Amino acid sequence: MDFSFTDEQKMLADSVERFVQDEYDFDTRKAITRSDEGFRRDYWEKFAELGWLALPFDEEDGGLGGSAVDTMILMESFGKGLVVEPYVSTVVLCGGFLRAAGTKAQKDAVLPGLMEGKTLLAFAYAEPTSRYNLADISTKAVKDGAGYKITGHKAVVIHGPSADHFVVTARTSGGQRDEKGVTVFLVSAKAPGVSRRDYPTVDGLRASEVSFENVSVGADAVIGEVDNGLALVERVVDEGIAAISAEAVGAMKKLHDLTLDYLKTRVQFGQPIGRFQVLQHRQVDMFMAYEQSKSMSYMANLKLDEAPAARKKALSAAKVQIGKAGRFIGQQSVQLHGGMGMTDELSVGHYFKRLTMIDTQFGNVDHHLKRFGAL
Amino acid sequence: MDLSFSDADRAFQAEVRQFLAEAYPADLKAKMERGEELRKEDYIRWQQIVNAKGWAAPAWPTEYGGPGWTATQRYIYSEELAAASTPPILPFGINMVAPVIYTFGNAEQKKRFLPRILDATDWWCQGYSEPGSGSDLASLRTKAERQGDHYIVNGSKTWTTLAQHADWIFCLVRTDGTGKQQEGISFLLIDMKTPGIRVRPIITMDGGHEVNEVFLDDVKVPVENLIGKEGQGWTYAKFLLGHERSGIAAVGRSKRAIARLKSIAEAETIDGAPLITDPAFSRRISEVEVDLIALEFTELRTLASESAGKGPGPESSILKIKGTEIQQAITELLVEAVGSYAAPFVRDVPDGQRWNEYPIGPAYAANVAPSYFNMRKTSIYGGSNEIQKNIIAKMVLGL
Repeated sequence: MDFSFTDEQKMLADSVERFVQDEYDFDTRKAITRSDEGFRRDYWEKFAELGWLALPFDEEDGGLGGSAVDTMILMESFGKGLVVEPYVSTVVLCGGFLRAAGTKAQKDAVLPGLMEGKTLLAFAYAEPTSRYNLADISTKAVKDGAGYKITGHKAVVIHGPSADHFVVTARTSGGQRDEKGVTVFLVSAKAPGVSRRDYPTVDGLRASEVSFENVSVGADAVIGEVDNGLALVERVVDEGIAAISAEAVGAMKKLHDLTLDYLKTRVQFGQPIGRFQVLQHRQVDMFMAYEQSKSMSYMANLKLDEAPAARKKALSAAKVQIGKAGRFIGQQSVQLHGGMGMTDELSVGHYFKRLTMIDTQFGNVDHHLKRFGAL
Repeated sequence: MDLSFSDADRAFQAEVRQFLAEAYPADLKAKMERGEELRKEDYIRWQQIVNAKGWAAPAWPTEYGGPGWTATQRYIYSEELAAASTPPILPFGINMVAPVIYTFGNAEQKKRFLPRILDATDWWCQGYSEPGSGSDLASLRTKAERQGDHYIVNGSKTWTTLAQHADWIFCLVRTDGTGKQQEGISFLLIDMKTPGIRVRPIITMDGGHEVNEVFLDDVKVPVENLIGKEGQGWTYAKFLLGHERSGIAAVGRSKRAIARLKSIAEAETIDGAPLITDPAFSRRISEVEVDLIALEFTELRTLASESAGKGPGPESSILKIKGTEIQQAITELLVEAVGSYAAPFVRDVPDGQRWNEYPIGPAYAANVAPSYFNMRKTSIYGGSNEIQKNIIAKMVLGL
């Protein structure tokens, strides 16, 4: 058994950590979230130069052949800086579909631009009433000659405003929640019939409601198998869960450290408030919640390649831990900072908001407890 | 022991309901039900409506304009207001500074300030916390130096709720820095228009502007604005904190919030069925409902002992702790109920829709995440819940 990082992984960790520390301080991040696009193109190009956008892709596709653990290392540091650039959407999720099931033609069309930082993607899967059920899809893809016409509404598409392509789940057969009949499509954001309403999210990202109205795509837009796309979606979403779990671990670590520092320096009643035992124990509970989450993030990333049932169980377990710990650490960090924790000016509230939203992404605690129990 | 209200109480309840049915403006009600942020004029408008009926200050003695209700009537009244989802009557004037003025102030001060508090002519804010004095309030350092018939006040106050609207601020100031901390504190009323006062907004993480910093720089305050005796401010402040806590259980508001949560859980779906039929989710609603029943009866017991002549004791800290925990738990469940649509952050678009654009989720989802973030303040303000537990440990349990 070995939980140590390789030399390459240590170098990766150092370079991401350095980037977050030197170029992604809280004020910079605040300016980014308030800018027109809501992220920085020059940083994205930098990610490309540093090889981060090529990290998980196979060498034969022009990538670096990195592992899930590499992505985890990167995401943990991103979590510490609350990085808002569309990494999970473009590289982990949409890139994940192409990695897992893209044809050579699809990869050739998208991956070079993606890895160079020129092409951005977003994953359009949720619908207004689907909640966390990935098979609950009413968007329809109707056979039209050799291709399909897609019609439907996708909800809260994270990083939708900047996407050049959407990866879209649609129903090619079956009823609204049938497991069979789900197909994954690659759709240009500029295709006629695609329209968006863009908005900021409470955690500093950008998202869109995306409407597809008789959007024509060719048969070559299908990623994976027609009607049998659900297993692929579940696999890629699990990769997304692994990535945002690592991000959450980074955010928790940062909150833990900020709060610990505050307990040591804030003086009330003539002593640092960290002298009060009730607050010491609270901080210890936060510390344990963080450590347990880190363990779960490791576990989840190491089990991503197991058979579906074991993989799903592992990822659900991790998401439950991350959801609970994220809530506890987020709430307590605010509480222990007192009024200061409530302010927009301090970073604490922003970590808390991100952790809150991570729980709602790809299924909350309740959803994953249920999936865990059913497996 | 008897749970039922008397005939007189039931008649009173009917009278309150009738008043609300007739006098509560529909536009204000709609605003409240959408969870929209209230403006200064909304608060004032509602207080003036209630005051026209003579009901703005339920707890005040009749000689100052109180309705002379029993504790039970006051309870019924506040429950009915909450059930009707009226705007809150802001506590800073009516519930906080006024009781200090009519209990410890002189005749001139009562005459000058109380009527203007009652009819919302003056908007009050509270100058207690300072950057270095939060939980440890007695360590406050804002200094008031006597110079002839004035005090010269220097220092800063923080977390001052709605100071941006305020005409007056009641401040705890240090008039003596030599003896025991608590004994050098005085209670001073300061006109916000006095030169040397500057208000800086503090934006909270939900994006709202409720609280402020207030800077006082050589602010000249007439000596007649001192309440009671110099050096007695801490006693008055403690008296006031007792008052602040009595309404803090917010049972009626939480009942209303649970009703809203349930209606949202009816409208939301999970695997095609209403979310409220999901055993895990409905169980969690039930848990918070049961907690609320316990709190309601704890409050009723407090009320009964108050009616029997005992003032609200340190046990009222239970109401603060449990009340805020319940309020927070409900907002947490609301976030979960709306799923992905908790994410959009679109302020001031109450119907979730703009002309010619796709709607962003259901209208009820619009304010759910920001109010969850905002409600984290409740376990911090008015004496943090940790401080409340210290009070119970010390004052009730003798530890």
